[in-house]
Amino acid sequence: MQNLTKEHFEPISVDLRQAEAIKRPSLSFWSDVWRRMRMNKVAMASMIFIVALIVCAIVVPWLTPQDYFTTDLAGKNKKPSAEHWFGTDDLGRDVFERIWYGARISLQVGLAAAFIDLIIGVIWGGLAGFYGGRVDEIMMRIADILFAIPYLLVVILLMVVLEPGVGTIIIALTITGWIGMARIVRGQILQLKNQEFVLAARSLGADANRLIFKHLIPNALGPIIVTLSLTVPSAIFAESFLSFIGLGVSAPIASWGTMSNEGLPAMKYYPWRLTFPAIFISMTILAFNLFGDGLRDAVDPRLRK
Amino acid sequence: MDKRDNLIEVRNLKKFFSIGDNTLKAVNDISFEIKRGETLGVVGESGCGKSTAGRTILRLYDATEGDVLFEGKSIMNLNQQEMKAMRRNMQMIFQDPYASLNPRMTVGDIIGEALDIHGLATGQKRKERIQELLSLVSLNPEHMNRFPHEFSGGQRQRIGIARALAVEPKFIVCDEPISALDVSVQAQVVNLLEQLQEKMGLTYMFIAHDLSMVKYISDRVAVMYLGKMVELAESDALYEKPLHPYTQALLSAIPIPDPEVERNRERIVLQGDVPSPMNPPSGCHFRTRCPKAMPECAASVPVWKEVEPGHFAACHLYN
Ligand SMILES: Nc1ncnc2c1ncn2[C@@H]1O[C@H](COP(=O)(O)OP(=O)(O)OP(=O)(O)O)[C@@H](O)[C@H]1O
Ligand code: SF4
Ligand SMILES: [Mg+2]
Repeated sequence: MQNLTKEHFEPISVDLRQAEAIKRPSLSFWSDVWRRMRMNKVAMASMIFIVALIVCAIVVPWLTPQDYFTTDLAGKNKKPSAEHWFGTDDLGRDVFERIWYGARISLQVGLAAAFIDLIIGVIWGGLAGFYGGRVDEIMMRIADILFAIPYLLVVILLMVVLEPGVGTIIIALTITGWIGMARIVRGQILQLKNQEFVLAARSLGADANRLIFKHLIPNALGPIIVTLSLTVPSAIFAESFLSFIGLGVSAPIASWGTMSNEGLPAMKYYPWRLTFPAIFISMTILAFNLFGDGLRDAVDPRLRK
Repeated sequence: MDKRDNLIEVRNLKKFFSIGDNTLKAVNDISFEIKRGETLGVVGESGCGKSTAGRTILRLYDATEGDVLFEGKSIMNLNQQEMKAMRRNMQMIFQDPYASLNPRMTVGDIIGEALDIHGLATGQKRKERIQELLSLVSLNPEHMNRFPHEFSGGQRQRIGIARALAVEPKFIVCDEPISALDVSVQAQVVNLLEQLQEKMGLTYMFIAHDLSMVKYISDRVAVMYLGKMVELAESDALYEKPLHPYTQALLSAIPIPDPEVERNRERIVLQGDVPSPMNPPSGCHFRTRCPKAMPECAASVPVWKEVEPGHFAACHLYN
């Protein structure tokens, strides 16, 4: 055995700062979400579909020579062909063209409703949650009352007062639509505002503004975005449904809902007139829902390591 | 000691929470001083109101009654502007190293927030100050762009300390700063707190739930039970001659590192659980578990009394 002397046992001086160097690349919350999102094939496929849909809705009507309203009674109810990819309807209008105009309407309604819900919901829920007590009670009671009014009733009343159209549909959807968002935000804020990091900011002298926008909202952003991404498909569905039952946009504007409505009686002989809009409604809503689900899984803090 | 040298004076402080129709007396009439440069340990079982006391003293909660003086000046009636300035004097270090740092902010921004709020430094100066603070708590200054989840519990706690130090406070409430940490890291953090105290002349209110830890760091120790203070004394006096039966029971539960003594020692085992703070026992709150309870303990609340010089207790045995 080797002779061990004292010199063999020299203590290594450890610099704490060096000992604790972090080697892993820094990941912010959102880059972490994106990393998880990329691993979810279904959500990624949905995202690609949604992006493609948006791009097509913008460029297709603009690139193609046809338009959505020109009628051609000689060429009505034509089968899908090289000239009319999705066929024509009972007034000889090109279904392919009308589908993409319909996509514009659906996306407009979906995105606008989601955006308005976001603004009202975050402000309303944020204030109720932050101030709590009486303020909270009154604000949430108002929301409950609004929520209790059947939404079809609101729509019908609005259609009487305002003229039918995309704008009216958006208003009808957001009159009660923001309440879901407000409840989510309020719940999040109530939960977050007693966390120690918020107390720490208060003990440093942070004002309400800083607390809400630097500490509370950023930490509630995950659930807010998930709610937002699930608002879009429900608004798209609501628009299609209202248009389908004749409470939505009116002719000659193409909406997937009105197209389905007009295609329904001809289902037996000219099935493409119903099939294409129906497929687009289903696919779009499915894609948004799957994307929203994927997003929820990706931001869920319980899965976070 | 000169009365003027009290950095913090707490006068009959009360903090009640209303829960439904009930009142929860989390802090019920406590009074004490903290001298400049000293460490006052505060111990008591979970739920006895230690955190609430610390937070009410810093006006993070609105006191139900009572007063807190900082350098002889009441902080309870300060307006928003004055209170903001006052916050530079008194800070807090929190119990949970995971919940006490905003997960969406970088370490640099967490520490820099104090500088932003009080307009202490901007631009390059701000960056230098943040790095200086990180070095002060033995963290790598290059890590200022990292997020809290990339650090260990002990490192996070040091980030919390750096944040509190950013405003150069005189008084810090340390709310169980080590109880969530691994034993091996606890000593590091306690040593850091002591070094900082020496270097910057800090005054601490050090909250903990067991007496063994507090003895090491405190000059004086206060014992709380169900929202009330039951005993307060110099550390040595409290450990050598505890007056209150509750303190005696707590001390007897600490193992002594001498097998001979340990084997022959008599342990006071407390009967039953801590009663609900929602409706505490009449008279002395401790009477339901006190081995020395007498009839008068149920009849009247024992007064807070200086039994020996500098040694306070609230117990009928000494009235
Ligand atoms: N915001 C609040 N609202 C209602 N009750 C509260 C609130 N904060 C604390 N309490 C109650 O007040 C009592 C004292 O709580 P506190 O957190 O001060 O205890 P503690 O001594 O710090 O305990 P621990 O060692 O568990 O931290 C507990 O019964 C608790 O349930
Ligand atoms: S007052 Fe009575 S019950 Fe309370 S600690 Fe003293 S002896 Fe025990
Ligand atoms: Mg506590």
